[in-house]
Amino acid sequence: MSNKRLAKDVFDLRVALGSETRPGAPGSFYHIACGGERLLRRPISVCGAWDDVVRFVYAVRGEGTKWLSGVCSGARLDMLGPLGRGFDLADEPTLLVGGGIGVPPMVFCAERIDAPVHAILGFRDADAVILTGAFASFDLLTDDGSAGDKGYPHEKLRERLAGGEWKNVLACGPRPMLKAVAKVCAEFGVRCQVSMEERMACGVGACLVCACAVGGTYKRVCADGPVFNAEEVDWDV
Amino acid sequence: MSENVHAPDLSVNLAGVTLKNPVVAVSGTFGFGREYGEYYDIGRLGAVCVKGITLLPRGGNPPPRVAETPMGMLNSVGLQNPGIDAFLSDELPFLRRFDTAVIANISGNTPEEYARMAEKLGDMVDLIEVNISCPNVKAGGMLFGTDPALAAEVTRAAKRAAGRPVLVKLTPNVTDIAHIALAVKDAGADGISLINTLGGMRIDTETRRPILRMNTGGLSGPAVLPVAIRCVYQVRGLGLPVLGMGGVSTASDAVEMMLAGAHAVGIGSAMFADPYAPMKVLQGLGEFMASHHLTRISELTGGVLPWEA
Ligand SMILES: Cc1cc2nc3c(=O)[nH]c(=O)nc-3n(C[C@H](O)[C@H](O)[C@H](O)COP(=O)(O)OP(=O)(O)OC[C@H]3O[C@@H](n4cnc5c(N)ncnc54)[C@H](O)[C@@H]3O)c2cc1C
Ligand SMILES: Cc1cc2nc3c(=O)[nH]c(=O)nc-3n(C[C@H](O)[C@H](O)[C@H](O)COP(=O)(O)O)c2cc1C
Ligand code: FES
Repeated sequence: MSNKRLAKDVFDLRVALGSETRPGAPGSFYHIACGGERLLRRPISVCGAWDDVVRFVYAVRGEGTKWLSGVCSGARLDMLGPLGRGFDLADEPTLLVGGGIGVPPMVFCAERIDAPVHAILGFRDADAVILTGAFASFDLLTDDGSAGDKGYPHEKLRERLAGGEWKNVLACGPRPMLKAVAKVCAEFGVRCQVSMEERMACGVGACLVCACAVGGTYKRVCADGPVFNAEEVDWDV
Repeated sequence: MSENVHAPDLSVNLAGVTLKNPVVAVSGTFGFGREYGEYYDIGRLGAVCVKGITLLPRGGNPPPRVAETPMGMLNSVGLQNPGIDAFLSDELPFLRRFDTAVIANISGNTPEEYARMAEKLGDMVDLIEVNISCPNVKAGGMLFGTDPALAAEVTRAAKRAAGRPVLVKLTPNVTDIAHIALAVKDAGADGISLINTLGGMRIDTETRRPILRMNTGGLSGPAVLPVAIRCVYQVRGLGLPVLGMGGVSTASDAVEMMLAGAHAVGIGSAMFADPYAPMKVLQGLGEFMASHHLTRISELTGGVLPWEA
């Protein structure tokens, strides 16, 4: 494995799996053990996969991801996966909307769609910008205008959808962004799938701690998701 | 009889039911067995205790429902479950395909609800675990488990209707656990399960918000092991069969739990760190027996040698 800094507090982790394991599909995640003194694993989305190598891009947020960032190349990691229901990809013109550390799974989606793809990438500021090189065609936005245009992804999405050529929207990022993206897609009647985040324990669907309100009930982000149809998510619960 | 000829006997008797080994997947961490069944043969477990079920379906509490703690975690799931009828029709038949005992964990708002559930279960499960210790629901739950009179009333109601042995699951959130254990014993409990989770709380120092949407939750995982061992130890004098749980993650923890007085040992949160934890504990128990020349694992139960006071 290798573990390299990509930006301030963002790391690019590549792990060679045993040959019997499949790396997983866009939107799926691995549940990664982050040091023996922590009971819970950390869910991280698959950012890319080649043969038996799986790639993750993660931000250092708290103790667990800090520990992960200190793991040296060549070490062994304890990972459970691939887990979860990923994006339902179609080879149709697709807009990818990524916010901050939600951009990594969008990279994998772009690779796997055999049709025109355009990304709308939003970041806090210039220091947080990552992975733009992975997209052939993209809009770059920052909250403060320090890189690309000043603005939010859902505003750019509205402009793009007005053109009428896009059939699908896939999104990953902070919940307020996903909610805004879902609203814009609903206005245009365009199918939208979102990757949701929730705190997890088991990661496999057994403990029910990762509840997300979807379609009037609590669904398990780890097993029924993390990807859901945006129109089914109960955004205000 | 040479002691190496016979395979070590891992079977135990829990409240009149023979389990082929003492390793039990506890309630709420193992769903209805389907998920971990993808990782190993759940038929290798001594018993599976299912997610807490209620008379009617329950949606559970709003998220976040989990917070990490030093060597443990808090949960506030709030008994999300499909209700007893869906359990019987959709989940139990799956579990029954495996060669493992099934324990039904039930929660009610009133003693009558416990009785109605026990009646519906009939003899379709091996044991009934009466949960009077859930910290995450308003009505019923832990309220019953902290008051000896109420605990006894629920026990009697369940016992009257039950077609199988009844374990009463106790909360450690009491001053004197032996007092409650005695009350449920006198009310006819066939055994007790302990411990359920300990009340706990975490706060985000930036937002000043509790991590859990319900503000408080139940603590489990390795952090609670010593509390669980102490609780099991304190009820050992009552002569009640005990399903001991709380923080067990290794075979050595399980041996400790049995020495304190447990007849069988539950494993819960340890699975979140390692899904194979129950299988590893099982294997480790076999190794412990071999290295300590034990022929029957049940010899360990209550085998602690306390210092004289
Ligand atoms: C399906 C899914 C995919 C994800 N993919 C990525 C990714 O590709 N890259 C990336 O950088 N991050 C991703 N995350 C977020 C990542 O899991 C959290 O940032 C991480 O768990 C924080 O752990 P920590 O120990 O650093 O933080 P701490 O705050 O110390 O963690 C304490 C506990 O809270 C949990 N937690 C804290 N924040 C989150 C969060 N936002 N989501 C879920 N659990 C959280 C931790 O897992 C841990 O159990 C994903 C989350 C989910 C649910
Ligand atoms: C996520 C979660 C859900 C739980 N749900 C239930 C439940 O439905 N009924 C119950 O009696 N106990 C429930 N418990 C408590 C466990 O069965 C067990 O008593 C406790 O977690 C201590 O064991 P452990 O440290 O091995 O996890 C739950 C525990 C966790 C962590
Ligand atoms: S984390 Fe256990 S069900 Fe999702």
